Amino acid sequence: MSARARGYVAIAAVVLVGLVLTFGISERYHHRILTLVFLWATMGLAWNIISGYAGQISFGHQAFFGIGAYVTVLLAAKLKLIPWIGMLGGVGAAVLAAVLIGTPTFRLAGIYFGLATLAYPLIFRIVMDYLGYQEVAIPMMREQPGLFMQFEDPRAFDLLALGILAATLVLSRLVETSRLGYSLRAIKENEQAAEAMGVNSFRCKMYAYMLSAAPAAVAGAVYAHAILFVVTPDAVFGVLVIVQTLTVCLVGGAGTLWGPLIGAAIMIPVSETLDSTLGDKLPGIQGVVYGAALMAVMMFAPEGLYWRVRSVWSGRGGEAARTTRPTPVFAVASVTPAPAPRASGAPLLEVRGISKAFLGLQALSEVSFDVREGEILGIIGPNGAGKTTLFNVLNGFLLPDRGEVRWLGAPITGLEPHEICRRGIGRTFQVMRVFPRLTVEENVMVGAFVREGAPDRARARAQDALARMGLGGRACLVPTGLTTLELRLMELARCLATAPRLVLLDEPLAGLSSDGVELMSSMIRQAPAAGVTVAIIEHTMHAMVKLADRLVVLDQGRPLAEGLPGEVTRNPIVIEAYLGKRWLARHLATQGAIDAQDHRP
Amino acid sequence: MASELTQYVVTGLLVGGVYALMSIGLALIFGVMRVVNFAQGDFMMLGMYLTYFYAVALGIDPLLGALVTIPPFFLAGLVLHRVFLARVTGGGDPNREMDAQLILTLGMSLIITNATTMILSPTPRAIRTTYATQAFALGPVLLNQARTYAFVMAILLAGAMYAFLTRTDLGKALRAAADDPEAASYQGINVRAMHGVAFGVGIALVAAAGGLLATYYPIEPNVAVNFIVLMFVAVVLGGLGSIPGAFVGGLAIGLVQSLTLLVLPLQLQNVGVFVAFLVVLYVRPQGLFGRRARTV
Repeated sequence: MSARARGYVAIAAVVLVGLVLTFGISERYHHRILTLVFLWATMGLAWNIISGYAGQISFGHQAFFGIGAYVTVLLAAKLKLIPWIGMLGGVGAAVLAAVLIGTPTFRLAGIYFGLATLAYPLIFRIVMDYLGYQEVAIPMMREQPGLFMQFEDPRAFDLLALGILAATLVLSRLVETSRLGYSLRAIKENEQAAEAMGVNSFRCKMYAYMLSAAPAAVAGAVYAHAILFVVTPDAVFGVLVIVQTLTVCLVGGAGTLWGPLIGAAIMIPVSETLDSTLGDKLPGIQGVVYGAALMAVMMFAPEGLYWRVRSVWSGRGGEAARTTRPTPVFAVASVTPAPAPRASGAPLLEVRGISKAFLGLQALSEVSFDVREGEILGIIGPNGAGKTTLFNVLNGFLLPDRGEVRWLGAPITGLEPHEICRRGIGRTFQVMRVFPRLTVEENVMVGAFVREGAPDRARARAQDALARMGLGGRACLVPTGLTTLELRLMELARCLATAPRLVLLDEPLAGLSSDGVELMSSMIRQAPAAGVTVAIIEHTMHAMVKLADRLVVLDQGRPLAEGLPGEVTRNPIVIEAYLGKRWLARHLATQGAIDAQDHRP
Repeated sequence: MASELTQYVVTGLLVGGVYALMSIGLALIFGVMRVVNFAQGDFMMLGMYLTYFYAVALGIDPLLGALVTIPPFFLAGLVLHRVFLARVTGGGDPNREMDAQLILTLGMSLIITNATTMILSPTPRAIRTTYATQAFALGPVLLNQARTYAFVMAILLAGAMYAFLTRTDLGKALRAAADDPEAASYQGINVRAMHGVAFGVGIALVAAAGGLLATYYPIEPNVAVNFIVLMFVAVVLGGLGSIPGAFVGGLAIGLVQSLTLLVLPLQLQNVGVFVAFLVVLYVRPQGLFGRRARTV
């Protein structure tokens, strides 16, 4: 059975268990607990889409739960609209709210996003109070209970809640296995690297936010009808809503659709039972239980039960995969079809007068050069010369203060990194930026999605790119199991999987043994034949002279010289900047030795 | 009209002084430990109760009682850090570690709020003082005496805190650990111990602020919710982790809260604060005093 089919069979099994419980238990109170388990699992799954997969921790997700509840109930109370239709209004309002909240809030990174989301439900809560909706009762419709979601039989609510749970599980599964899911996981691991690999992080986060608002709104509407009967700001926008959501997700494990389910199945019965037995004498026992569960899980299994059990499980059988390793077949060629050469030898990339300063430090000033189709251009300079800053400007991480970058004749300054990647400029990083919790294959797939929308085809593309780097046997490992050379090759594979026309390689030889340097250099040398132009940063002159067709020398942010390796290495200004005056004196004495070394055509 | 405006400004600043004191505790913890302490409001609430019991059982005036909350809370902070916070790591990933500790303090907050409700009942209590109901008259402007005393004490404590951080070796070590933990550890500073000290001092400050607040604000287990968000807002406004920033942020929150009353009804008082918070986050996420821009 394929992995995809297995996922849906497991969801069907969950539904089956849910049905058995629904028709197997008799006490009304147990039905209430069952409904709550399904509802909080749904709410947890909703939160999981934006916070688990995409890693954008939202402390305000009850905003959507509350909007779903309030809109549905108000439509029923004011317009006599049946909740089945009113719920759609609630979902619409929640998704709209997600867009309105997300548009400004996704500009904030990390903890700032989480803190900002705190404010929204508080605002809704205050506004509901102010509008006089402190208590909105669901109008009783005894003659048409089914039409107005007012079932006598508690099993009906179980089934309703189970239905939305099943739908949310399927939605989560679809997200997990889609291109969006891979992009979200890449964003969670390293947003900048994801952007550089062509992921439009803002749009992906926004889709995830909208997809997570919808089930939250449905859960809120059903919760209002099954449990509350009277909607109050505190009950749907209150702290306990987000606390239960967080608890079921974090106890079960975020970032997988099984986590919230496991968390809800454990936490909800425990806290409800305690509340019903001790709640009279000890009001607040539920809060203590949730608090203790959160603290315990963070101290002893911060990744959650699902991941903990899984890592124990796979720890037994996973060794075999590690040891097999096929003989590498190194070849860059035909990862990308060679594009038609640019007419009249016009430059591929034109860099014109780029300047960039950080708080008074002039990192780049008036840097201009061309990258020509099919060449290997070396950019060298001592540490702090501005080389990486230059790459960050070229791939869109930084906006230059002045100057322009033109790609195939059109300006690309000011474009987002993912747009620049899609246009055909790939890059690697000096300090490698891998997605640590994605497998090697999935790492490369993130790049492959730039050219392939379907996961299966992206996977095939990634496997192909990995095989060409000799990493075929490493595909299913996580990057932590790789050597530095393998990691650098993986980054190169990920970059080439985006089918770039130009790659910016930031110190690809750093930290490699001499064998590794040989291997990497030979890979890079093959690139132009495969239609990939290379711009490469190094600070070791020696490696560069052998590798590059042409050199640009930077010193303290200024271009110092440009030309053939032989010319540049003989240029006294370069030698002085690079190696100091003393070296220059010695060098002039032994000029011949350098001439002999420079044997490139 | 002019005197009405003055009245609102003065009232806002008086309240803001106490907010400032609670916020610098939160800012200190964040600055040194990189932990957003969700339980900060609950330690404030506990400080209110401790001051209340000092007053009821020992007859200690709450203005003095607030000061006497500092030693026990400092010690409690050292213990809580050692037992819980120091053990939570995100596997070396600073973002995950931050998330983990944030959730840990959220759990702590839930336990404190609800356990207090269980033990002390949700009924609000108040400390009776002669000055709570009296006011100083400054021309047409009235200054509630309790708020004025609380404000003065809060400013003095904040000043003492500033002197501690800038003048003493321990304070300098704390700042070094906040600025660059790695470099600080090379200088022989025990960064882990500094985290404990920061947590202790941070919750002691907010407990003292709670004690001052208790002179004019009802004491109940759920009081934390209202104030933790105000503290977050003040700290973000001032630039996460900046102590002077948090101080100014606290004053600003008091002002915004008070001035909102001029244009919006009482129920919407905090909407003004949250809107100001969101605007600052969008326009200047590093805060008014933040040194570093956020790293994307």
